[in-house]
Amino acid sequence: MGKDWPLSILVAGPAGAGVFAASLIIGRVLFRHGVNVFITNEYPSLIRGGNQWALIRSSPDEYIFSHRRLVDIVLALDNYSARAYISKLSERGIILCDEKDCGQNSNEHVRAFPFRKVLEEYKAPQVALNTLASGVIFGILGASKDTVSEVISEQFKHRKEYAELNLKLINKGYELGVALSVGQFPQLSKKVEEKKRLLIDGNSSVALGALAAGMSFFAAYPMTPASPILHFLAEIQRDYGIVVFQPESELAAINMAIGAAYAGARAMVATSGGGFSLMVEALGQAAMTETPIVIVEVQRPGPSTGLPTHTAQGDLRFVIHASQGEFPRVVLAPGDPGEAFTLSFKAMEIAWRYQVPVILLSDKFLAESYWSIDEFPSLTPSPGSVIRGEYQGDYARYRITEDGVSPMALPGTKNALVYANSSEHDEYGGGTIDPKMVRAMNEKRFRKYESLKSIAEKEGVKTYGKGDKIIVTWGSTKMPILEALKSLKDIRVVQVLWLEPFPEEALRQELAGSQFVVIENNMTGQLVSVIREKLLVKPHGFLGKYDGRPFDPEEIESYIASLGWV
Amino acid sequence: MDITTYDSGRRPVWCPGCGNYGILLALRKALAELKLAPEEVVIVTGIGCHGRISDYMKTNAFHTIHGRVLPLATGIKLANPKLTVIAHSGDGDAYAIGMGHLPHTARRNIDITLIVHNNMVFGLTTGQVTPTTPIGVKTKSTPFGNFEKPINPLLLALASGATFVARGFSAEIDHLKEIIKEGISHRGFAFIDVLQPCVTFFNTYTVLRERVYKLEESGHDPSNLEEAFRLAMQNDKRIPIGVFYKREEPTLEDAFKHAMNPPPAERLPVKVDLSKALTRFR
Repeated sequence: MGKDWPLSILVAGPAGAGVFAASLIIGRVLFRHGVNVFITNEYPSLIRGGNQWALIRSSPDEYIFSHRRLVDIVLALDNYSARAYISKLSERGIILCDEKDCGQNSNEHVRAFPFRKVLEEYKAPQVALNTLASGVIFGILGASKDTVSEVISEQFKHRKEYAELNLKLINKGYELGVALSVGQFPQLSKKVEEKKRLLIDGNSSVALGALAAGMSFFAAYPMTPASPILHFLAEIQRDYGIVVFQPESELAAINMAIGAAYAGARAMVATSGGGFSLMVEALGQAAMTETPIVIVEVQRPGPSTGLPTHTAQGDLRFVIHASQGEFPRVVLAPGDPGEAFTLSFKAMEIAWRYQVPVILLSDKFLAESYWSIDEFPSLTPSPGSVIRGEYQGDYARYRITEDGVSPMALPGTKNALVYANSSEHDEYGGGTIDPKMVRAMNEKRFRKYESLKSIAEKEGVKTYGKGDKIIVTWGSTKMPILEALKSLKDIRVVQVLWLEPFPEEALRQELAGSQFVVIENNMTGQLVSVIREKLLVKPHGFLGKYDGRPFDPEEIESYIASLGWV
Repeated sequence: MDITTYDSGRRPVWCPGCGNYGILLALRKALAELKLAPEEVVIVTGIGCHGRISDYMKTNAFHTIHGRVLPLATGIKLANPKLTVIAHSGDGDAYAIGMGHLPHTARRNIDITLIVHNNMVFGLTTGQVTPTTPIGVKTKSTPFGNFEKPINPLLLALASGATFVARGFSAEIDHLKEIIKEGISHRGFAFIDVLQPCVTFFNTYTVLRERVYKLEESGHDPSNLEEAFRLAMQNDKRIPIGVFYKREEPTLEDAFKHAMNPPPAERLPVKVDLSKALTRFR
């Protein structure tokens, strides 16, 4: 029982008790000490009642890709949590709880505090229990008091009346934590930040990537786990002069976005699988009218309403095929916040360069977990294939060109009338049923596929580690795999970022002569089936998970062991 | 300006005698009298016989999917309020599959004009019942007679807070032209239900001709909401046409003033300083 990093802290309690707020305060304080931080959560689809938890895992010495099963400190905000998480405790682990919730006297693993009495003493509401208890953690870890005050003041900057009380409570908690004098946990030391970093979630990273790419119009109907994108953009819309709007349905959201894009605005929508189902007809419309659009699909378990607040990677086949007819589309799957930012930027850029719909396929685990990462790269958007200013010559919206990309003028342009048509059309946009024209238009649209395919081959695959035993994966499942890889030798991880067009040659080269398995967060092995279809090869094995939870690194370790790879 | 300014040169394929000819002509006349340049105008059309109108208008146009005319037109207007956006929809497009969008577009008062080509039947799909088909009417899908009460579009628009509510008749072209002009000039959502015969599947020409009367001639005051409701409910074999209600209110664009300088459509893709948005992640 050394004082080693990494350290895992679990905050648990009823919905409405400020579990997530506490996890962000704790995570941010650790982050400000220069420590690598990962935060994730699990909650039912409820606003009050029901148990939820958030986990903060951190280390100054190594990057933290994900959680592990056991935790070192449980901060239990109610009686249920004080009992329910005992089995998750590591050997050195302790549970911090109110003396009434603990249901027994303090022992080696259970540390009872008069939390509720202290709250009464300070005339504080019960909901402030999370702040008081967080203070105990900071005391145990010897956190910088200045950093703690800084984070609390920022947390309550819009509610100054609470800031003072919460500061008092956190300081009181700090004293209690110091007095506990437990010796089995590492101590924080204030490090000078060498480089600028971020502690950020996947949803916010997606929003910022689109913003960096010049997004000026965002419409979304609320749907967990995509709603935080709407909340974040709505809040900052005045700082960035953009339209952020919640209409009556996903049907309205995507059609508004397509209208805005036709007019010339870089537009995005965000939803989960159910909302995307409603958007599918308009996805085909964007393709047929060659209107650039970015659709963020944050996966949760289906079918139907499924598990609204949990995670899955069950929509891969759905998004690469959705809609009637045939047309080129792009599907990108980020696996961490950095990729969420760059691929969101890329999605908008590709949409406006090639006039195609681009789907950014995220998932709940990526969307609502936080990772400390390096500063986002500084990116500058390009003009795309839009023509501005008076048009010279005879304008045709769907002019047949060599690369399939037609000049995109905007309505309002002098000497150019822009006719977008969801029916098959001629070069000017007028409806047609002429077989020669129908074939020419299909071929024109599909010439864009060739350009997109070559980008996919260049950028669609990413590799981690060395070895001739390979784990192929996609999306955020990469993170628990990389966490497991810390204890696995001579294994290579191959992440597929472009799911459509599929980087088949790049992947073929990567897999050549090696044994590979596929790990993904679904039941049927959807990436497995795409690999079999495109590469005509069968993986050595497949590990799926379909209980609404992300993989634990431990599951991956034992799977790899079962293969005899270690 | 001349009405030929707005003629795409494509030959209409509507049935001879179709009410859509009257609406097309009224629209072209209205644009000509308002002196709107073709590039300033966007016509948005849905699916149905009405939807062909975008082929025949020499303006900007978007022929969208079934039922989504209103959100699509709203997106265009929000992205570029300088454009004059005129949405065309049929009674199937607007009141059946697209009904969910109508009350919301009305209450958010986006500055667009909606012209519903209401012939009380699905024409393009060869004659099925729509939400405005009268009770008892036999159609291909109701061979024993329509058993559902028709909806009252004007009442719905009024109840949803539309700030301009009117009804026209496709055979009264100049009267319709004046309504369209007023609707386009109105700052806010202008709702115009246009009664038209479907000469092939539900020819109402004679009945409509007999029953319509003009509100201007009956001295109606369009600022009177209660009276507008009463007229919208009028059910004594007389059908009022004209402007039922009109009122100025803030528009949806007004709620996004922060995004309008320049408007989203005119924003050039340039490097964005994210530092302010990133402070919360430090």
